[in-house]
Amino acid sequence: MPVTQSLALTLPELILSLGSLVLLMVAAFAGDKATKAISWGAVALFAAAALALLGPAGHGGSAFDGLYQADSFSSFAKLLIYIAAAITLIVAPNFFERNGNVRAEYPILILLSGVGMGMMVSATDLLTLYVGLELQSLAAYVLASFMRRDTRSAEAGLKYFVLGALASGILLYGISLLYGFTGTTAFEGVAAAFGDGLGMGEMFGLVFVLAGLAFKISAVPFHMWTPDVYEGAPTPVTAFFATAPKVAAMALLTRVTIEAMGGATDAWRQIVIFAALASTILGGVAAIGQTNIKRLLAYSSINNVGFVLFGLAAGTQDGVAAVMTYLAVYVAMTVGSFLCVLQMRDESGQPVETIASLSGLSRTRPALAAAFAIFMFSLAGIPPLFGFWPKFLVFDALVGVGMWPLAMIGIATSVIGAFYYLKIVKTIYFDDPAPAFAPAESKLEGGLIALSALFVSPLGYLAIPALGAASMAAARALF
Amino acid sequence: MIQTIAFYLFAIMVIASGVLTVTARNPVHSVLWLILAFFNAAGLMVLVGAEFIAMLLVIVYVGAVAVLFLFVVMMLNIDFAELRAGVARYAPLGVLLGLVLLAEIVFATAAWNAGAIDMARAAAPIPAEVPNIEALGTVIYTRYLYIFEAAGLVLLVAMIGAIVLTHRARGGTRPQNVADQVKRRPEDAVRNVNQPIGQGVEL
Repeated sequence: MPVTQSLALTLPELILSLGSLVLLMVAAFAGDKATKAISWGAVALFAAAALALLGPAGHGGSAFDGLYQADSFSSFAKLLIYIAAAITLIVAPNFFERNGNVRAEYPILILLSGVGMGMMVSATDLLTLYVGLELQSLAAYVLASFMRRDTRSAEAGLKYFVLGALASGILLYGISLLYGFTGTTAFEGVAAAFGDGLGMGEMFGLVFVLAGLAFKISAVPFHMWTPDVYEGAPTPVTAFFATAPKVAAMALLTRVTIEAMGGATDAWRQIVIFAALASTILGGVAAIGQTNIKRLLAYSSINNVGFVLFGLAAGTQDGVAAVMTYLAVYVAMTVGSFLCVLQMRDESGQPVETIASLSGLSRTRPALAAAFAIFMFSLAGIPPLFGFWPKFLVFDALVGVGMWPLAMIGIATSVIGAFYYLKIVKTIYFDDPAPAFAPAESKLEGGLIALSALFVSPLGYLAIPALGAASMAAARALF
Repeated sequence: MIQTIAFYLFAIMVIASGVLTVTARNPVHSVLWLILAFFNAAGLMVLVGAEFIAMLLVIVYVGAVAVLFLFVVMMLNIDFAELRAGVARYAPLGVLLGLVLLAEIVFATAAWNAGAIDMARAAAPIPAEVPNIEALGTVIYTRYLYIFEAAGLVLLVAMIGAIVLTHRARGGTRPQNVADQVKRRPEDAVRNVNQPIGQGVEL
């Protein structure tokens, strides 16, 4: 295949990387004053990359001799990633302006991270997988310690970097084992080798690769970094971590397990089931004692990843479709919750993060309180809110392959999680009012909160036909 | 014959300079012995036909890593006498690590004797007559072009990251302003004075 044709298939990444280089030049010459303009430029680039998915880049097939795959699965994941990244770009300048950390590099790092995430979800070769993952992670480490004068932010960056490097090492070891024992790095070749029996070396490779990827989606037992990093990183960056890279890593994990390791489903299913159970239980139990809202949302994301893994454990087309639907709803819920957290500011404009400061919010800021409550109910998966639907799909897929005992345990664990979500709603609605937050500054943020609240409200059910069809098409691309 | 002599020469030099790296009193000497060890290891790699790895050893380890070590040793004021004071305390740990390494060597030899692992599926092994630098060159800019470019982006991110995290605009410095200097004309800077005798100069 000629290079031009391959390049056409990778158009979204091409737009993002070339665009980020141009914006980098703008940042270098115009300085931090131009941050707002650069942010909007970056949002426009994400929009352009999303539009490019309509063309051959959305479903054109394999490029660069099987290193890269443009199919409906990757386009679905990329669309989610671009939307989530664009929202974190829009809200960031206001946040950094308030604490005097405006740097023009923020949007550029998010863009380059977006290139990495695009590579991850389109990877059909272990090499693409690794380089994409590193590109995304390296940008993320820098973003975590973006407020370098803040000790918590610096700590978050360092912790994330050290543990992330460890995970990359584990992943790379697994990749080298797979390469050594199957003789190829292409998913197709790995799948063919797995098809005729799983040797000891291949088994070790599979375990190490899954362990490395479990770190990136922060599934238990590789979740230790999540609460600290989420708490320490600046809030827009935390919102980014909890959404876009998670979608990318989860999509990557799905593609690796289904496409490359499809022949060894029984081997990886045990690992995925363990991680799913451990994540939902620990994500539910450990969150109960938290007093910091960002830490709590970190445990909430661990908990949600567990449910997504339940869908993957089914290992069927329905399971993968449930994973994709879950990710879409998860992004809306999480972005919405973090946008609400961004509104938590005291009179002097400094961010507050304690759950206690939310008490009685319904009397001081009724609209924000209502949105917060919607997100919490939705994260808890309580019908009729839209957060219930993907949970239902996941367990439906599990029952579909006869794993109903697991589905029952999963439903039981979701009750544990519901406790702390409801505790926040109780704090907001029934406790005595704490000092009021500073009034909302940006209409845009309010609009985004309203939009995501509408999506996860019962109105979201209207989106089921479209979302279901898109998820199903995405899942079909893998089988 | 000549290969055997070369092998023993390089191998002995690697081991000897390795020992001297550990035992040298002066840390700068340690680093220099380490560089010698790297060079000899590169020689061994050439002997087994891995020229590319040999070149990497010289360029990366000698050219970058060892020089970095040397800079760190020379620039940081580390009290090596104090570091050495802990030798007796950590000796048991060191011995333990040594035993683990020894056990690994024994296991590796045993596994070697048991025969090779079945890796018969190795895809497209390079033909024996193609040197491995050439073999790498034929795929890295063609088949793996995409990965190669992405690796470039990873390096760019690393560079941006280093600047974001460490660079700060320092106030109160007086950097050279070339444009101002070039713009300045002689009449702005030089003044001719007919200085009367017996009076002070007025500046």
